[in-house]
Amino acid sequence: MTALLLRRLAQAVPLLLLVSALVFTLVHLVPGGPLALYLENPNVRPEDIERLRRALGLDRPLPEQYLAWLGAFVRGDWGYSFADGRPVLARLAERLPATLELVGASTVAAVAVALAAALVAARRPLADRAVTLGAVLALSLPVFWFGLVLQFAFGTALGWLPSAGRATFGGGDLADRLAHLVLPATVLAVAHAAGWSRYLRAALRTALALPFAQAARARGVGERRILLRHALRHALRPFATVVLLDASIMASGAVVTESVFAWPGLGGLFTEALARRDYPVLMAFLMSASCAVVALGVVSDVAVWLLDPRTREAR
Amino acid sequence: MSAAPAAPGAAGPPVAPGGGPPDHVAPTRPPLGPPAAAGAPTARPRPRHPRSALVAAGVLALLVAVAALAPVVAPHAPEALDLADRRAAPSTAHWFGTDELGRDLLTRVLFGARVSLAIGLVSAGVSAAIGVVVGATAGYAGRWAEALLMRLTDAMLSVPRLPLLMIAAAVLDPGVPLLVLLVGAVGWMETARVVRAEVQSLRARDHVAAARALGAPPTRVLARHVLPGVAPTAAVATALAVGRGILLESALSFFGVGVQPPTASWGSMLYQAQATMSTEPWLGLFPGAFVFLTVLCCNVLGDALAAARPGAE
Repeated sequence: MTALLLRRLAQAVPLLLLVSALVFTLVHLVPGGPLALYLENPNVRPEDIERLRRALGLDRPLPEQYLAWLGAFVRGDWGYSFADGRPVLARLAERLPATLELVGASTVAAVAVALAAALVAARRPLADRAVTLGAVLALSLPVFWFGLVLQFAFGTALGWLPSAGRATFGGGDLADRLAHLVLPATVLAVAHAAGWSRYLRAALRTALALPFAQAARARGVGERRILLRHALRHALRPFATVVLLDASIMASGAVVTESVFAWPGLGGLFTEALARRDYPVLMAFLMSASCAVVALGVVSDVAVWLLDPRTREAR
Repeated sequence: MSAAPAAPGAAGPPVAPGGGPPDHVAPTRPPLGPPAAAGAPTARPRPRHPRSALVAAGVLALLVAVAALAPVVAPHAPEALDLADRRAAPSTAHWFGTDELGRDLLTRVLFGARVSLAIGLVSAGVSAAIGVVVGATAGYAGRWAEALLMRLTDAMLSVPRLPLLMIAAAVLDPGVPLLVLLVGAVGWMETARVVRAEVQSLRARDHVAAARALGAPPTRVLARHVLPGVAPTAAVATALAVGRGILLESALSFFGVGVQPPTASWGSMLYQAQATMSTEPWLGLFPGAFVFLTVLCCNVLGDALAAARPGAE
C-alpha cells in the first residue's frame, strides 16, 4: 500500500502544478492584472496603484510571479484578502467548519438515499422505473433554482423551515441548527443521490448477472440475501470510487447552495470574494478545492485497494 | 500496436463495474437505457427508441422553434412596458405575470430562450470540437502526446467547474460570444475521455489495420475510418453537454457574471428575480422551470442515444 500511495502522490504533484498554472494564468488574464478594480476607483491615485503593484510584485515577469506565488502557497502563505486585509488562510479556515457540516450532511443523506433507491430498483421493475425517472429529473434540476423554490415553498409559503443562515441569531441549540441544515443539505444532496443511485443500480444489475450470483442462486440462497450479501459487496467498490470522485461537483454545488441559503461557509465566501474581485481569496479557494479533489482521488485509490483485494496484484 | 480490446462490445457501457481495471480514470456514469445486464432477474426488454426520447426531441424542437420565432409568437413586444400592470401575478392577459416594469414575463422567457438555447447549443459544439480533437489525438497518437493531453484533461477535471467559470467570467467580463467559448472551454473533458477510449479500441480493429496497410496517411485513417466510429459516443457526450451548458450559463448569470442587461437569458432573469422571490415568485419560477425542462430533455435524449449506440445492447 505504501508503494501505491507513493506512486499516486507522485502523479498528484505534477497534476496540481498544472492546476496551479491554470488558476494563476486565469487570474492574470485580466487586463490591468488583479488591481484592475482600483484603476476605475477615482479615490485611488495612480501613484498609489504603482506602489501597490510594486509591493505585491506585480511589476515582475509573469513566470517569476508564478514561482513566487507557488512557493508562498506551498509554505502556507496565501496572501491577504483585498476585502479586509486579513490573511486568506485565516478567512478560509474560519469558514471551513460550516462547509464541512453542509457537505458532510449532504453526502451522508445522498449515500443513504442512493443505497436505498438502488437496492429497491435492482429487484422490482416498477420501482426501477420510478427510480430511473426520479434520477433523470433530479439530475436536470438547476441547483440554485431548486434552492429558491424550496426556500419559497418551505420558508416563505409554509413557514416550516428557516430558509437562510446556519442558526438563528443569538440562538443555536441543536434542533435549531438541524432545522437550518435541512433545506441546503437537501438541495446539495439531490443531484448526487440521483447520480449515485443510477450508478449503483447499474452496478448491482451487472453483479446479479455474474457467475457468483448464479452460483449462489443454484445453492438455494434467497434473492434478498444474494442482493445484500453478494451483489452489494461487489458493487460497493466502484460505488465508493464514484462517491469520492464526485467531490469536484460537490464543490461547485456548495458554492451555489451556500450562496442561495446564505450559509456561512467557503462557498459563500467565494461568492462574496467574486463580487469584490478579491483575487487572493478566489485563487486560494480554487486551489484548495482542487487539492481536495486530487487528494480524494488518492483516497479513492487507497479505498479500492482496501475494499477489493483482486486489484492488489495488478499494480 | 497496443493491445486494445477489439471486441464489438467494447463500445458498450463505459464501465463494467467490478470488471474493469482499477484505473485512476473516473468511471463514467452508465446510461439510463436498457439494463446493462441481460441476465438480471428483473430484466425486461425495452424499445430501441423509447417514447420518452421522442417526446424529449419533440419538446426540444418546439422550444427551438418558438425561440427562433419569438418576435412572431410572443404575445407582447419584449420591452413593452405596461406600467398600470406592474408585478402582476399570472393571469389571462399575462400568462406568466409581469415584472417590476410591467414587462410580460412570457414574452421575456421566449426571448430569453434564444440566448439560453444558443449558448447551450453552441457551447456544446465548442466542447464537442475540443473534446474530439483532444481525445482523438491522444487516443491515436499515444505516447507523450497522450500523456500530456490526458494530464491536462485530469487537471481540468480537478478544478471545480463552476467556480473556475465564475472567475473566468468575472475576470474577462464577457459578451455572449466569449461566454459561449468559456462555457465550451470547461466542458470538453468528458468528451475527450470517451473519445480517447473509443479511438483506442477502434485503432486496433481490422478495418483500420487494413487501411494502414494499404498506405493511407494517418489523417485519412483517422478521418475516414476512426472518427465515424466515434460519432455515436461523441453524440451522447454532446447531448449531455447542451444541458450542462444551459445549466452553467444560468448559474453564471444567476451570480451576475454571465449574460448582462439589456440582453436577457433565463439565468439573468433568475438573477433579477431572486430578491423578490417571496413577493413575486412567478418571476423566478417560470424561467427556472424552462431551464429545468430543457436540461431534462437534453438528458433524456442523451440517455436514449447512449442506449441506442451499437454495442450497448
